[in-house]
Amino acid sequence: MIIATLVPLQVVTLTLVAVAATAVVLTRDVQRQILVNGFYGFLLVVLCVVLAAPDVALSMLVVSSVGYPLVVLIAIARSRSK
Amino acid sequence: MSALPYLVAGWICVVGIYGVVTSTNLIHLALCLTVTQSSTYVLLLTVGYVKGGGPPIFKGVKLGTTSVDPVVQSLTLTDIVVSVTVLALILALALDVHERAGTIDPDEIATLEG
Amino acid sequence: MSRRVRIAVFLPALAVFAALLAWSLLAIPRFGDYRGPYGYVLNRVATPERHMTNVVTAVVFDYRGFDTMGEEFILFIAVMGVVLLLREKGRERPGDLTDAIGSDAVRIGGSLAVGVAVLISLWLIAFGFITPGGGFQGGVALASSVVLVFLVASWRAWKGVANEAYVDPFEGLGAGGYVVIGLAALIGGLPFLTNFFGPGVAGTLSSGGSAVFVNWAVGMEVAAANLVLFGEFLEEYVVPLARS
Repeated sequence: MIIATLVPLQVVTLTLVAVAATAVVLTRDVQRQILVNGFYGFLLVVLCVVLAAPDVALSMLVVSSVGYPLVVLIAIARSRSK
Repeated sequence: MSALPYLVAGWICVVGIYGVVTSTNLIHLALCLTVTQSSTYVLLLTVGYVKGGGPPIFKGVKLGTTSVDPVVQSLTLTDIVVSVTVLALILALALDVHERAGTIDPDEIATLEG
Repeated sequence: MSRRVRIAVFLPALAVFAALLAWSLLAIPRFGDYRGPYGYVLNRVATPERHMTNVVTAVVFDYRGFDTMGEEFILFIAVMGVVLLLREKGRERPGDLTDAIGSDAVRIGGSLAVGVAVLISLWLIAFGFITPGGGFQGGVALASSVVLVFLVASWRAWKGVANEAYVDPFEGLGAGGYVVIGLAALIGGLPFLTNFFGPGVAGTLSSGGSAVFVNWAVGMEVAAANLVLFGEFLEEYVVPLARS
């Protein structure tokens, strides 16, 4: 009864998003975590497309591919060099 | 009774908060905070969904076809663009703390002195 | 208190919070059963009234334009905070770095890719009222395509393209331009941020009236803010390299 009005594609994407979020939190090494976060952002883009929201998918795509890795990697490099 | 999307949003929020509390690295903490923030995006998008609806773009599409709610999408997309800048601000604060305290572990930062 | 005690106290509280959250989330109308009237009203009314075929951009820049001004100022203030934290007084400016990319294939292919990416970002901003896009998405894409210059060339090329002295005024211009467009309507006797040009023809670039200028102001501001941000962070990265 819990998945009555959902299309199977939406069910699969939502499950993958939940699993990826857990993976992002449980990854303790920061350099690996930013890669898993990139994958999680990509899954969110797929979820936005499946839920008929192309504008949101566009902005999530640019932000999670370029914005997040850039600032986090530079912060990691700076926190290790001192 | 289709509650799976809302439960997924709730699970992501709870997992993010757990990550923030049990974190040993300030940068890991900032990324768990963004995970909690993304749970609100999932919740907003799934609240606005109309069954069998397409995107709210009407170029070449007849007016009156079923479309999803455009208001929640507008809230979500401005929020995503602003979250990069806020993450950068949090990371700049973390770097400042690292410079002053010498460590990036939130447990080892000395308490307020003086 | 030590870390173990803190986590032991936290976990039951988290369980109670999760239970309350699940209880409230199960009380929302089920997925797909959208009841609110605004979604249906806007989908019917936006294209005949405002002549914009992208209803989401019409909501962001026309129906709820005042909220977008607030969001833009959040961006502005956050970037100001980052600049205050990272731009210290006595910081040495790195001179010439020998860490440039040496491969010719990367430089040539990368330069072409930068040109294509800038054009696509400008297209995203301009056609935001017709197909998915708009000032926010296009602005971030524009900032990302300029960062590509640093990745495929050298630090000096990046400094030539995104000098702080040129990019900072654009950010202020975008943020202030939004308010000026709103005030221009006020001067004419209409309420703040009224669409005072004609609405234009739907499906072409002339749709939207004064929302077009607001769109470009936001695109310029988002791109400049992100460039300032990326520039500050890149300089944090490059200075230790130049010192060693």
